[in-house]
Amino acid sequence: MAENPFKENIEMVEKEYSEKMTPGAIVYLPGSSVVNKTGSWRVFMPKFNRDKCVRCFMCYIYCPEPAIYLDEESYPVFDYDYCKGCGICANECPTKAIEMVRETK
Amino acid sequence: MPMRKVMKGNEAAAWAAKLAKPKVIAAFPITPSTLVPEKISEFVADGELDAEFIKVESEHSAISACVGASAAGVRTFTATASQGLALMHEILFIAAGMRLPIVMAIGNRALSAPINIWNDWQDTISERDTGWLQFYAENNQEALDLILAAFKVAEDERVLLPAMVGFDAFILTHTVEPVEIPDQEVVDEFLGEYVPKHAYLDPERPITQGALGFPAHYMEARYTVWEAMENAREVIKEVFEEFEKKFGRKYHIIEEYRTDDAEIILVTMGSLAGTVKEFVDKKREEGVKIGAAKITVYRPFPIEEIKALAKKAKVLALLEKNISFGIGGAVYTDVGRALINEKEKPIVLDFILGLGGRDVTFENLEEVVEIARKAMDEGVKEEVYWIGLRKEIL
Ligand code: SF4
Ligand code: SF4
Repeated sequence: MAENPFKENIEMVEKEYSEKMTPGAIVYLPGSSVVNKTGSWRVFMPKFNRDKCVRCFMCYIYCPEPAIYLDEESYPVFDYDYCKGCGICANECPTKAIEMVRETK
Repeated sequence: MPMRKVMKGNEAAAWAAKLAKPKVIAAFPITPSTLVPEKISEFVADGELDAEFIKVESEHSAISACVGASAAGVRTFTATASQGLALMHEILFIAAGMRLPIVMAIGNRALSAPINIWNDWQDTISERDTGWLQFYAENNQEALDLILAAFKVAEDERVLLPAMVGFDAFILTHTVEPVEIPDQEVVDEFLGEYVPKHAYLDPERPITQGALGFPAHYMEARYTVWEAMENAREVIKEVFEEFEKKFGRKYHIIEEYRTDDAEIILVTMGSLAGTVKEFVDKKREEGVKIGAAKITVYRPFPIEEIKALAKKAKVLALLEKNISFGIGGAVYTDVGRALINEKEKPIVLDFILGLGGRDVTFENLEEVVEIARKAMDEGVKEEVYWIGLRKEIL
């Protein structure tokens, strides 16, 4: 896995959070979601067919997680550390470039 | 000059909100408090209140929108009652845990089943453990005043907790009474502008609110809510004092009425206190040594004040319009907590009455006094009594 870009923030947040409780237990600075991976479990997962994709970004816009980011060529990339397998991307894709398949070990 | 207007309790609550100048009001209509958001929406539409009025599709959404607005850093208000409050239950804990000083007006109403739109206190009493401050108004003036005071207490940095102000369904929400509307300038002086210090939206200062709290932090977070509630005791006293200076009306955490040399003190809340005071006057004329006490602030529970009250009488008779099944009235158990380690304590009797809008009459109160006197002479046989119950139809 690539180096976490928020590593410094996370350490700072963890340190401050453990040393001083803020009103409402507020966590300052972003970063904690990078360590708290939320989507390693799923029933279905999106399977992407690059040939059918027209790069309309609909999947990217609709993903509620947001577990889709775009690569250098603006093709969607699915981040399985966060994807919940809800299938919204597959539903919204106008060209059926995304197919939901049962996740297997 | 303060204005005097004849208005319903709901309107008084809406006026309080207008005077407090919240920036966001999110509400869903429910009997008997529907008129509160209705009136506020008129104020907003007429340009008399510069605020965002958010219409939502349920009370769960209303309080969720309020949490969002308050977390973004603005003064926030809403109103509800009964099942609506129950529907908010989940988010009430979140508002308190996130330390958001939202103020909510509640037209105290019974809970289903059976469906009943009339007054008792089961709705707010059932939310006593959420971390919200709780105030109970005796009349429409108090509804207005206590909402203003609630904003000031809630927003105090030592407190930072949401607050609910209850006023009895129909008995107050739909009854017109003369209400003094304070001057806007005086309210502005009293409340000041809400300047959020911990929770506000600022792209330069990214924060996460309501985040996951692992076991290493959860207990501390909950303790800070406890601490804030404890701090509120002092802050409420200060605020009530300042309120008196600014508006001339004095509020007490527990208001005592003719308690000197009283043998029996009837302890109650909300509009029932008015009836009870009248009754005390009548009995005093007959030479009966009784007094009354009204709990204005129910959370934090006035432990010290109850201890002081208990020293004055032989019997504390709690009159409550709510029930905690399997034990008795909620206030009764709280009073028990306040007195448990006292060496000398009075007899404490609990009277459940007036549920679902049933009238509480002088005859009912006579019965209460009769039972209290018997307990004084013959010892306690029972602790929880249902007064005005129609046993014959059971
Ligand atoms: S399945 Fe759902 S969570 Fe996963 S990428 Fe598609 S829209 Fe996002
Ligand atoms: S919605 Fe379908 S076509 Fe559009 S970018 Fe996503 S995968 Fe490609």
